[in-house]
Amino acid sequence: MKILLIDDSKTMRNIQKSVLAQLGHTQIEEACDGQDALSKVGAFQPDLILVDWNMPNMDGLTFVKTYRNSNKVTPLIMVTTESEKSRVIEAIKAGVNNYVVKPFTPDLLSQRINETLAKRAA
Amino acid sequence: MDPAYLVPFITSVQNVFSTMLQLQVTIGEPTIKGDPVSSVDISGIIGMSGDVTGTVVLSFPGPTAEAVVGLLTGTKMPLDHPDFADAIGELVNMVCGGAKGQFSGKKKVSISCPSVVVGKQHAIARQKDIPCVVIPCSTDCGDLMIEVAIRESPVHAEVAAAAAQA
Repeated sequence: MKILLIDDSKTMRNIQKSVLAQLGHTQIEEACDGQDALSKVGAFQPDLILVDWNMPNMDGLTFVKTYRNSNKVTPLIMVTTESEKSRVIEAIKAGVNNYVVKPFTPDLLSQRINETLAKRAA
Repeated sequence: MDPAYLVPFITSVQNVFSTMLQLQVTIGEPTIKGDPVSSVDISGIIGMSGDVTGTVVLSFPGPTAEAVVGLLTGTKMPLDHPDFADAIGELVNMVCGGAKGQFSGKKKVSISCPSVVVGKQHAIARQKDIPCVVIPCSTDCGDLMIEVAIRESPVHAEVAAAAAQA
């Protein structure tokens, strides 16, 4: 399973990588913003994407909207500090499949990843 | 500053530290920041814009910051490590993001990407036009402080007043 992590914070990407490693996922690519991610999705062809919202150059919401123009299948999980209900709705309308608010526990992130992948497999 | 703006930051710093660092935060008596300003070694700074504008700073003495970053990353990292500022930036990002989600009245607020200042005994000057409240925090890793200098943006305040009169 190939997973793309998009977050401008290397610290956050490392935390997410550690959770994914515990779940047995090691094929991971990293991107530091939406623009960087768009340049990598073609070659990497991820099976799951975790994307932050607030990032420089291209934010996560713009990435999701752009990515969904060409890919409606690959599951996307937004992992962000944006906790307002209106933001969650905005993200889901843009094409996000699941949503995790920072700060999160490793258990919560694992749970959201597993349920997102389970829905995709169903 | 409306004291209602302080509670979300207190709740948020406690939530972020307990969830990500398993660290309890004890809150001291908030004070208005005056002159001269006290010096710190690490500061994470975030700007707020929209219905609420201003800045929020999370400041640490060096040893406290090193201990906190060690807990967040699982790695012992000195202040001059290239990833040290990134870790502090993510902490202040989570604290401010969590706080703005708790602002009452469905306010639309955006936060900037964090900036981090690393330098022995630097001082963050306060904005003169917005009162700055310092919230002292203590943890098992040492003391830190949150400086909150925000206010309702003038346009939002006028709209809210008009709505209240209608």
